[in-house]
Parts: sequence; structure tokens; C-alpha cells
Amino acid sequence: MHRFLEAFFSPHAFRQVFPDVWNGFQTNIRMMVLAELLVLAFALAIAVIRGLPGRGAWPLRALAVVYTDAFRGTPLILVAYMLALGLPGLNIHGISDRSPFFYGVCALTLVYTAYVTEVYRAGIESVHGSQRMAARSLGLSYAQALRYVVLPQAVRRVIPPLLNDFVGLQKDTAIISVAGVTEATVQAQNFGSSYFNYTGYVVAGVLFIFLTIPLARYTDHLIRERELRERAQAG
Amino acid sequence: MSAFVQLEGVTKRFGDNVVLKSVDLAVDEHQVVCLIGASGSGKSTLLRCVNLLEKVDEGRIFFDGKDLTNGKVDVNALRRNIGIVFQAYNLFPHMTVLQNVTLAPKKVLGHGRRKADERARQLLRRIGLEDKAEEYPDRLSGGQQQRVAIARALAMDPKLMLLDEITSALDPQLVSEVLNLVRGLTEEFGMTMIIATHEMSFAREVADQVCFLDEGVILEEGPPHQIFSAPRQPRTKEFLARVLAAGRM
Repeated sequence: MHRFLEAFFSPHAFRQVFPDVWNGFQTNIRMMVLAELLVLAFALAIAVIRGLPGRGAWPLRALAVVYTDAFRGTPLILVAYMLALGLPGLNIHGISDRSPFFYGVCALTLVYTAYVTEVYRAGIESVHGSQRMAARSLGLSYAQALRYVVLPQAVRRVIPPLLNDFVGLQKDTAIISVAGVTEATVQAQNFGSSYFNYTGYVVAGVLFIFLTIPLARYTDHLIRERELRERAQAG
Repeated sequence: MSAFVQLEGVTKRFGDNVVLKSVDLAVDEHQVVCLIGASGSGKSTLLRCVNLLEKVDEGRIFFDGKDLTNGKVDVNALRRNIGIVFQAYNLFPHMTVLQNVTLAPKKVLGHGRRKADERARQLLRRIGLEDKAEEYPDRLSGGQQQRVAIARALAMDPKLMLLDEITSALDPQLVSEVLNLVRGLTEEFGMTMIIATHEMSFAREVADQVCFLDEGVILEEGPPHQIFSAPRQPRTKEFLARVLAAGRM
């Protein structure tokens, strides 16, 4: 028991490792914020493309489907390896000379955009067709009906599942360590292999938990609020 | 010389189901035409064809001298001139009453906020809901929501109004407030209207012309007193007898 506590919860090791892990963790936060912003924008664009009407738009729709299928199916760790190890070897100016951080954010964005596209799409489809019809009947164009009537309602509805995906993204920033980004996990690992003490992992774990709790509680709050609103409407 | 709204041989299918069978109809300016008939007889589809919410399979529709069915017409421009009010109101739930009414004038007609707001408040005053301008639709009764939907359509200053069974989703005690408003519109503005309705006494009162639809065909048309008092077709008689029995007349 004493050895267990010493290996994972040593106060001495905590004081030694915390500054490094905390430093690394700030890189996780930077990756997370950047990737989340990019995911929000790209996923919305792709969800809209998937819903485009008409025969002329089918190549675009097909492309969007191929993309979401491919990146929802590929493990993040593979994408991270492919970008971080594969692209620098190509010697293409502007693509091969980027930092591990850059490749890491790209990998997160590619994979999570595929998930969030589906979330947005479900939201768009949940807005009843009569809303679009009412907007079009007033003379609004397809794009205007989407922008002012469909998307505002769709986005509101998907905020809870979307935040849920973001909790996943935050944790998965740890996987980007394989791309060579010195983030919290790497710092904990370095410490662990030097001192045979794993308190650093616990520290990193607790930091991740503290990061996701506010988001999880906020999601709960939104869901509860909506339930109350819907009950009030029904009554 | 064609009428203000003219349908010639309009046919509409949903798959194998023929909903409108070669329908002819003429509506003059300032005229009110009521479409009556059982549910599924094609009344709503006919209205939706007129503002191209549904694509016509055969036949032609003229509005204000323009052929709507030749594929060259600017659909968005056309719809500015044709207002439609739906059975289920279809207000935008994420917008206040005022925002519902001003959205299209601002985005489609390019009106500034002040101009659009002023006009909208004027319309809301007309329908007796000026104090609800900042409320969201889910705080309003069905009758109030439907009146807002009418105001939203009127805000575009349409030349033609299509009313698609606008009282069918309302509690009986709320029907009259909506019908009173429509009656006012015909009297004050001389608005050209095509009205699909189950309210026979209302149709009898406001219509210049009543059309009885049966299985996608206009079986009988004429002035209201003739249709309601001396129908010629056995199917019309049957329908009116059923309506009478149901206490809707």
C-alpha cells in the first residue's frame, strides 16, 4: 500500500513534476481551443454541403460523405502519425516544414470535424421542413432560409451533443503526444521514466478532469433548461 | 386576356397519386375565392402550386400576366408578391413576434431596421397584438400565433394572399378572432385571396366565388349562394350534407 501511494501520490514527486506537467498542459489547452474553433467552422460548412439540394451539387455531397466516413473511421492516433511523420518526409514547402503542434491540431481537426459534421447534420434535419417552407414562401432564398431560419434553430439543438464531442477532443489532445508535441502526457512520461514515479500521470489526469468538469456541468445545465422549456410549452 | 391568377390544366402527382387533375381556375383582382372539399381533395396542394412551393407536373399557371410554369420565373421575386398562411402557423420559434414580421422585409426587400420595425408595429396594432411584439411565439395562443403569421405575410405587401386552412388547428373559441381579421382584410384592402377552408359559413360570407374540389378536380364552382343553396352535383350535395351534420355550417 505504501509503495502504491508512493508511486502515484508522492507529495515530493508532485512538487517536482507539477511545473512541467502544468507547462505541458497549457499546450493541450492551446491545441484544444484552436482545434475546437476550426472544427466548429469546418463541420458547419460540411454539414451544409451535405444538405445542398439539386443534382448539380452531388459531387460536393459525395465528397463530404467520403470525408466524414473516412475520418470518422480512422483512429486519431493513425492520423496523427500520418501527418506528423509522413508530411515532413514529403519535402513540400509550406506543408513539410511545420511544427508538431501544427500537425497535431490538423489531426484533431480532421477527425473531430467528421464527428461534429454528423452532429450538425442531425440538428439541421431536426428542423421541420415547414420552417424552411415558411421562410421560402416569404421570398427568402435557399441560403437566407438556411442562415436565418434553419441554422439558428439547428445549432441551438445540437449544443449538448456538440459539447460532448468536445470533451472527447480535450482528452484526445493527449494522443497528440505521439506527434512529438511536448504536452502534459509527455512531461509526465519523462518524469516517470527518469524517477520510476508515476505521480506525473495522476497530475495530468486530474488536470484533464478539471478541464472537462465545467463543460460537462454546462451541458447538463443546457439539457435541463431545454427540458423545462419544453415542458412549459406542452403545458 | 387572362385573369389575375389563372390555372390551366394544372396536374400534380405525388408518385402514382394524382392530387390535382387538370385543374382550371381563374381569379380576378380583388376577388376572394374559397376552395372547399374534404381533406385530401387537393385544396392545399393547389395553393402551394400557385406560389411554386410545389412543382406543377402539367399545365400552366399565370400570375399578373406572367407564366410561372415556364421555368424562367424568379421564384424568390414571385413569392414576394404572394403571401401564404399555413394551417400550422409556422412562425419562427427562435425569433420574437417583431423579428418574425420584419425578417423578410429586411432581408428580401432590403428595408432598414427602423422602416421595417415601424411597418411591423403598425401591422401588429392592426391585428391587436402590438403589446406582444417582444414575445416569443410559444408564449402566444394559437389564434394569436395565426394572426402574427397573417401579419408576417402582409408585411411583404403581397398582391395575392393564399390561406391554407388557417383555422383548422385552432380551438373553436379562437377561430372567430382569425376569421374576423381575414374579413377585415377583404373589406379594407380589397385583397385578392384564395382561401382553402372548412368553415362553410365563413366561405359563404366572404367568397365571391366558391370552388368545390373532389379528388383533385374542381367539380363545381359558382357564387356562394348557388353552391351552398342549390348545388348541382350529387357529390357537392353529399359533402355539404356531411358538413351540415358535423355542425360546421
